[in-house]
Amino acid sequence: MWIALGIIGGLILLVIFFVIGVYNALVRLRNQVDNSWSQIDVQLKRRHDLIPNLVETAKGYMTHERGTFEAITKARAQAMGANNVADASKAEGALGEALSKFMLVVENYPDLKANQNFLALQEELTSTENKISFARQSYNDQVLGFNNKIQMFPSNVVAGMFAFTKRDFFEIEDAAQREVPEVSFK
Amino acid sequence: MWELIRANKRNSIILMACMAFVLMVLGFVIGAFVTGAPEGGLLGLLIATGVWLILTLISYSSGDQIFLAASKAKLVTHDVHPQLFNIVEEMKIAAALPAMPKVYIINDPAPNAFATGRKPETASVAVTAGLLARLNRDELQGVVAHEISHILNRDILFVTLAGVMLGSIVLLSHIFLRGMFYSSMGSSRRYSSGGKGGGQAQLIMMVIAIVAAILAPIMAYLLYYALSRRREYLADAGAARLTRYPEGLASALEKIANDPAPQLQVANKVTAPMYIANPFKKKGQRKLSNLSSTHPPIAERVKILRNMTHGAAFKDYSNAYAAVTHHKSVVPATALTKEEIALREGQARQGKQQRQKNQMRQVGDIMRKVNQFVFLTCLCGLKLKIPPNFKANKVKCPRCSRLLDIPKK
Repeated sequence: MWIALGIIGGLILLVIFFVIGVYNALVRLRNQVDNSWSQIDVQLKRRHDLIPNLVETAKGYMTHERGTFEAITKARAQAMGANNVADASKAEGALGEALSKFMLVVENYPDLKANQNFLALQEELTSTENKISFARQSYNDQVLGFNNKIQMFPSNVVAGMFAFTKRDFFEIEDAAQREVPEVSFK
Repeated sequence: MWELIRANKRNSIILMACMAFVLMVLGFVIGAFVTGAPEGGLLGLLIATGVWLILTLISYSSGDQIFLAASKAKLVTHDVHPQLFNIVEEMKIAAALPAMPKVYIINDPAPNAFATGRKPETASVAVTAGLLARLNRDELQGVVAHEISHILNRDILFVTLAGVMLGSIVLLSHIFLRGMFYSSMGSSRRYSSGGKGGGQAQLIMMVIAIVAAILAPIMAYLLYYALSRRREYLADAGAARLTRYPEGLASALEKIANDPAPQLQVANKVTAPMYIANPFKKKGQRKLSNLSSTHPPIAERVKILRNMTHGAAFKDYSNAYAAVTHHKSVVPATALTKEEIALREGQARQGKQQRQKNQMRQVGDIMRKVNQFVFLTCLCGLKLKIPPNFKANKVKCPRCSRLLDIPKK
């Protein structure tokens, strides 16, 4: 009688410890995901801040490229207005594309390319782009780990009890970015 | 990634235990010989442990600072070299380090780099001016990624601790052999003054002690080097995984290997494993020196990196390693997860000659800025760089002979 009670009590304790362990692991993973997302966010803001400077510096040299500037400004405004991960990844993808087009156009303006101020901005922008992609890399890694934990048995039971929900990946939505650029020899 | 760190930790502990054993045996044998009794061995053991403990405490608390100071490294901020600083930050984000490493520049024309520090929170990355002058952005990124991988894999702690243990072993045997040499010159009969049997035992003891004193440092060096070579491969693998661009590190290593600059001034044998490429380069002894070398041959490292054509994950490096060296993998099996990591394109493109010239000049300016030179631009457009020990408060422009005021700091 007492032995049976002891075994049952022991089993209940074991389950409780297990639930606590899984819960803490889930919370840790979720915090890591949030932290990685804030890393991306910091870099995205930095990119938004850099763009007006870049446009200002380039305007003096590139007088015939109004369309390019407008595309960038519009994409920036849209990206700044996005308020969830799915929207943001789409808008930021478009902004990245606009910026890389701009950088291609810059190749035609040797004076601008020699401008110290512009070079410094270009380095900051390149680095920010890199930081965004590295932060995205690490965010997606974290999300993968978190989602796996939520969906796999037995941790999915605990996740269901405390309403942990899956997170979205930060992906580049635009198919154009994945395609190989066309090269024509004319 | 975590599997790799764990495996690394285990290997380090095994190595440290081996070296501790060597150190204790050495201490025991020397003690037993000097006093002529087994109880003396315990004393010797105690002294050896004491020396090691003191050195470890010093190096654990401020080893990185001592090392940086000995390398004459200068702490720099974002303003001094934005590109270097940005690249370190990029790699910090990619590796998800808890804090931004401190960035140092060493005023030396030999291209090289190292990382140091006790833990990832307080790590430092140092590169030489020669490295900044020769590498483009992608290559510099590869080198920094290699150093960040060392930080991530806790290699920096390992090198500090194992280096200290190696240092104690070398120190003890050195002092002992020196002592032997001089005492045998002075009074060669001192130890044989006892009875006949005692004299014989003494002689055997002496032979054992001398052999131990000669072998121990060699064994310790070989152990140390074996693990440090392995760690170089792993850091290369980590760099490829972080940057997703193995070619950057490959071409950086190639440039470092083919550089005509003299070897690094501030390196020595124990600190050598900390650098990205062996700071002591001697040509033409590749195969022979394999065992006693801190770094794998650069040509091989480059070849492995260039063989990573399918992706940038650890398993791709492992496959490339196997294809090039025909050895078993260097990457611990637990780290070979099924992740798929695609490679990316390089970014740096610019006229080669022009860039190199500009970079040399920029690096010169960086070093002057770090060393608190004052920069002045004359009305005629000439840029003057005034050293901090220049006493007068006016200077004459050498081109247009205008008198210029030097601003006070």
